[in-house]
Amino acid sequence: MAAHWFGARLVERRAQTATGRTLVLDIPGWPGHLPGQHVDVRLTADDGYQAVRSYSLAAPTDGERVELGVQAVRDGEVSPYLADVLPTGARVELRGPLGQWFVWRTGQSGPVLLVAGGSGVVPVTAMLRAHRAARSDSAFSLLYSVRDPDEIWYREELAAPDDRLDVRVLYTRRAPRGEVRPPGRIAAADLGPAQAGPGTVYVCGPTGFVESVADLLVGLGRPAADIRTERFG
Amino acid sequence: MTSFSPGFHGRPRALADRLPPGQYPTESFPVLSAGPTPRVPTETWTFTVTTETGATRSWTWDEMMALPQQETVHDIHCVTRWSKFDTHWRGVPLTAFLDDVETAADHVVAEAHGGYTTNLPLEDVLDGRAWVAHTYDGYPLSPEHGGPARLLVPHLYFWKSAKWVSGLRLTVEDEPGFWESVGYHNYGDPWREQRNWGD
Amino acid sequence: MAQDTGRPSGTHQDGNRLAGPLSEILRAEPTTAWWRCPDCGRSGPLAELHVYGPEPGLTARCPACSRVALRMVPEEGHLWLSLGGATGAFRFRTA
Repeated sequence: MAAHWFGARLVERRAQTATGRTLVLDIPGWPGHLPGQHVDVRLTADDGYQAVRSYSLAAPTDGERVELGVQAVRDGEVSPYLADVLPTGARVELRGPLGQWFVWRTGQSGPVLLVAGGSGVVPVTAMLRAHRAARSDSAFSLLYSVRDPDEIWYREELAAPDDRLDVRVLYTRRAPRGEVRPPGRIAAADLGPAQAGPGTVYVCGPTGFVESVADLLVGLGRPAADIRTERFG
Repeated sequence: MTSFSPGFHGRPRALADRLPPGQYPTESFPVLSAGPTPRVPTETWTFTVTTETGATRSWTWDEMMALPQQETVHDIHCVTRWSKFDTHWRGVPLTAFLDDVETAADHVVAEAHGGYTTNLPLEDVLDGRAWVAHTYDGYPLSPEHGGPARLLVPHLYFWKSAKWVSGLRLTVEDEPGFWESVGYHNYGDPWREQRNWGD
Repeated sequence: MAQDTGRPSGTHQDGNRLAGPLSEILRAEPTTAWWRCPDCGRSGPLAELHVYGPEPGLTARCPACSRVALRMVPEEGHLWLSLGGATGAFRFRTA
């Protein structure tokens, strides 16, 4: 909605996984955003060459401070720079907030199921943080598919007891000791609780993951209109 | 010096005699897509030349493979700034499909499975400057790179080398193709850096 | 969306990806815009379109039948936009 480019300053960078980073930025004039929205980040080289990529916001509005989740992609042009090179205190250009489809609004009623694959957990974390902050009565649950225990973002936060948030981690390659579910891709049985509607399901992750989850949900009788998806290719 | 994103250089862009302006060399072979990758079996593959009067002539895969083949080595240049040196191809020069065609047209539109199109001056695809290529680096061209057969027009930006090519349509008027009609340059000479419409 | 290019061939993102570039020229929120495919009849929000790119341009297609819904090419100071699959595009001034 006529979003324009802001100058944003990197104030903090935290490692979430070996290749996943939280970037905290200050954006003078930031108008605030909805949980689930994203921004476009624009980088400019000395010779004028520019590259633009999209990154999800990981936290609800907090004044002029935003938190992005950046997964460094091998051979990527932008993400390795943001993940490990951009110096703290330096500025990038940022456009947003963007997108009003993959969002959760505090006043929204009904239970919510979040299904995340890999760094797809970033925008749904903004939703569950907003849910917690608003002390919303909606039942929230998160199904989080990761390759192995080392790939979990927001580990302590998601492990903390919260009686209004049900978190279940699904391991696809290697599970921690004591995990009953054998490692494997998400299946209909994992989505069993999703049959209990009404409510909204938010699915975010790699394209193949999102499509298979959406198919499983529809197969379980979930109306397609209740499913909101975001793919990152 | 920009005040944003210090230390960001993009991918390395070296200057060399073989590198057109604004390009960087790569060893890899990036794949760009504007749609799902079509799977076209050679059993049903055809290549059709259509003239400006609507006359057509088609070749099956076996008929195309029976035409005189050429091995050819080229540097290729993508408008997204990568260049790849010494790529090895095998295919049929377009003259083999066009020599016997009666036409007064000056332009061609290359058409591809999946709906992609790109326009070229007819003279640019004659005289051994363009091929229907079916073999890359000694192997059958993979679907990701346009197999079973793609156009190869190495002297122009690589979007002119239509993947999954299905035929050529000869036109009297120049008809901008899939990318040419949304801002990319109509001709696309990498040495004159003809990337965008206004270049 | 929290990703870069460098993905395998033939994969796609979705219409959420178009929010930024379209915000350069639209006053209304684009991702919730309703859309109907003239070929197969599938309908839904723009966010559900399959989007290929970003280079050399963004191509949004019907998730059911792959018909082209829009093509978009950002260029310095301009945005090219073509709606539907036919030739014919608008060049908007963005700077």
